[in-house]
Amino acid sequence: MMPDDRTMWITMGPQHPFSHGLWTLKIRADGEIVKDAEPVIGYLHRGWEKECENRTYPLIIPMADRLCYSASMTWSHVYCKVVEEAMGIELSDRAKYLRVVADEMCRIQSHLMWLAAMGTDLGNLTVFLWALRERELFLDLNVKLCGQRLTTNYPRIGGVRNDMPFYFERDCLRVVNRFEKMIWELVAMMDESSIFLSRMQGTGIISRKDAANYGLTGPTMRGSGVDFDIRRDDPYINYDLLDWDVAVCKDCDSYGRYKVRMEEMFQSCDIIRQAMAKLESIPKTEPTRIKVPRRVPEGTHFARLEDPRGESLMYLVSDGTDKPYRLKVRSPIFVNVSASKHFVNGVRIADIPAIMGTLDMCLGETDR
Amino acid sequence: MPYDSILNWIKFTDPMANPFYPYIKGGSAVYNLPYDIGHKLWELIGGAIAWLVNLLFPGNGVSTFLVGNDMFVNLISIVLMVVVIFAVGFIVNITMIWEERKILGRMMDRRATRIGPLGYLQNIADGLKTFLKEHITPAKADKKGYMWAVTILIGTSVLIACMIPLSDRWFIVDYGTGLLIIFGLFAIAPLMILVAGWSQNNKYSLIGGMRAAAQMVAYEVPILLVFASVSLLAGSFNINDIVHAQANSTWYIVPLFLGFIVFIVSAIAEAERIPFDLPEAEAELVEGWQTEYSGMKWGLIMLGDYFRGYIACALIVIMFLGGWYVPFISVEQQASWLPEIVFLLKVFLVFFVFAWVRAAHCRVRTDQILNIGWKVLMPLAVINLGITVAILLAGGILW
Repeated sequence: MMPDDRTMWITMGPQHPFSHGLWTLKIRADGEIVKDAEPVIGYLHRGWEKECENRTYPLIIPMADRLCYSASMTWSHVYCKVVEEAMGIELSDRAKYLRVVADEMCRIQSHLMWLAAMGTDLGNLTVFLWALRERELFLDLNVKLCGQRLTTNYPRIGGVRNDMPFYFERDCLRVVNRFEKMIWELVAMMDESSIFLSRMQGTGIISRKDAANYGLTGPTMRGSGVDFDIRRDDPYINYDLLDWDVAVCKDCDSYGRYKVRMEEMFQSCDIIRQAMAKLESIPKTEPTRIKVPRRVPEGTHFARLEDPRGESLMYLVSDGTDKPYRLKVRSPIFVNVSASKHFVNGVRIADIPAIMGTLDMCLGETDR
Repeated sequence: MPYDSILNWIKFTDPMANPFYPYIKGGSAVYNLPYDIGHKLWELIGGAIAWLVNLLFPGNGVSTFLVGNDMFVNLISIVLMVVVIFAVGFIVNITMIWEERKILGRMMDRRATRIGPLGYLQNIADGLKTFLKEHITPAKADKKGYMWAVTILIGTSVLIACMIPLSDRWFIVDYGTGLLIIFGLFAIAPLMILVAGWSQNNKYSLIGGMRAAAQMVAYEVPILLVFASVSLLAGSFNINDIVHAQANSTWYIVPLFLGFIVFIVSAIAEAERIPFDLPEAEAELVEGWQTEYSGMKWGLIMLGDYFRGYIACALIVIMFLGGWYVPFISVEQQASWLPEIVFLLKVFLVFFVFAWVRAAHCRVRTDQILNIGWKVLMPLAVINLGITVAILLAGGILW
């Protein structure tokens, strides 16, 4: 270092309250100002992709759950989707709408988990506990539907594990209706607090162009004004038959990303309600799961869908046996966190949790 | 002797005849309660020891020294008085922490404290737990700074608590310049936090210490201006005089509402509570300047924090909310009540606002906190001082 260089490197992580998982953000700080940053990941690497090569196709579903604890439904869904596309299977309508319901429930509870973490990042424990209180009801719905709170193990290759249990529709609509009322408490807590707004507005600015160039996806990208959502632009499981809007905010700052996630939760409620109405019209005799072969024909396939955190993609190379030859995961957070240097350059140390919190970090899928 | 009826159980010797009696105030018959309790305690303990010694070795000079020597008895009484004050301060603190945890629990929709009746003993349990924790001193830390910073921090915090009376009979010292001394003692803490942050040889704690210094310097100026306006209006720096002046005219929250707002914000910042707890911002700085402290040292830091929170609330009550008096009832009538209880209830009420703010707000940023201090509170404090001067020029508070 130059003798007149007054900066110092601070290693934030891997065990640091802001990191929400095991990763390190090394920052070069000049007093309070961040001059440079470098994300370091890999603390949670467990060889997920290699492990999959030794397992038969159905055995990978519970492993896919464990890619991200709060988005387990969408991760096992994207895995099932890539295998189904490789096999050329078309699902029954009932299975499709059940997956819609499960995915959107997962999206809401994942966003609530993000909101809770955001609360602690900003030093507001009330938001943390209120958000977790609401999330608890969706986890209870998970228990009813799949028997598990977090690692749901619900999608199957060719459908879903089981149909809705008795009274699930009633409970689900109750929870959704209650949630839509109670979330306004949280909105009042945050949007009407000038301290919250002063922390969020105008910080962590990512322009539309940068968002595209860094390959950001999901709410992080839509918070920068990019109007793209796989559910609408590359529809799967009948999302095109439902009536909903893509949440986009042109603010390009932390507040924009916050707005997008909050709006997405409301849209998810709408989607759940519509999917429930559609399920009503489909006879219960329709199978929720169809029988699939053990082996996947030789070839390469990829499938993507809209994870709560962005675009999750799996790339499957099959050699015709009952085990994948290679299964590659494209994690949205891996890409988003790679841009963290750009996110935090020039901000104050106090803003780092507020900005990185809006990315909704999840290290399970990043390190794999 | 207005408190005679309550204190009949203590058989006072004439305290005014005692040259070591710390209370000096125009020969009024108001008693200094902690001192008298200390004195009475020594009457009991010292008397028992003297009796025992006399029983075992009759006719020696030890028993007469223990209970008959004025200087020794006073020294012991003062030591016991300190113990009494610390015990009361400690219980008040425990109650405040309990209050905060209960309120936060209610507001956050979760369970709060569980142990004991109404969960009151939870803090005792938590405090005892810190005794069992290991003391860790970082290998490359500056040992002296690391040890002494926290000692002086808790020392000055308790010292200010001694300056705060609970009523006009419950205090240790009653200086004519009480407010100034409190302010001076308050100003030692930022320096010690800086030393503590620096001595740990940890980047987080260093940044936390620097933040604490910047923040507290910024917020001490408005606090000093508010002190000035209050003491101008009361015509004295003495805390008893300020309270009595309010009992004679009106609570100063009415004429000095602006000052009240400025002081409550600054006090939250000085006590490092949540909208302004940047020095220990756990999201980015782990635990700020307290990062490397462990075991009972950390427990003492937490206790010191709440002592300072108590001091801030008590100052608000003393300066703006009429101290230990209730409005619309004559002072003579109130003297037969327990003014200490009135005072503590008011303190807990102010602390409720502190806890409420903590539950409702996020943490502000480093530059924002300095902006609020210098650009908002500072002008408001000056305007408040101007209002005070205008009131004085108009002839004081007329109603």
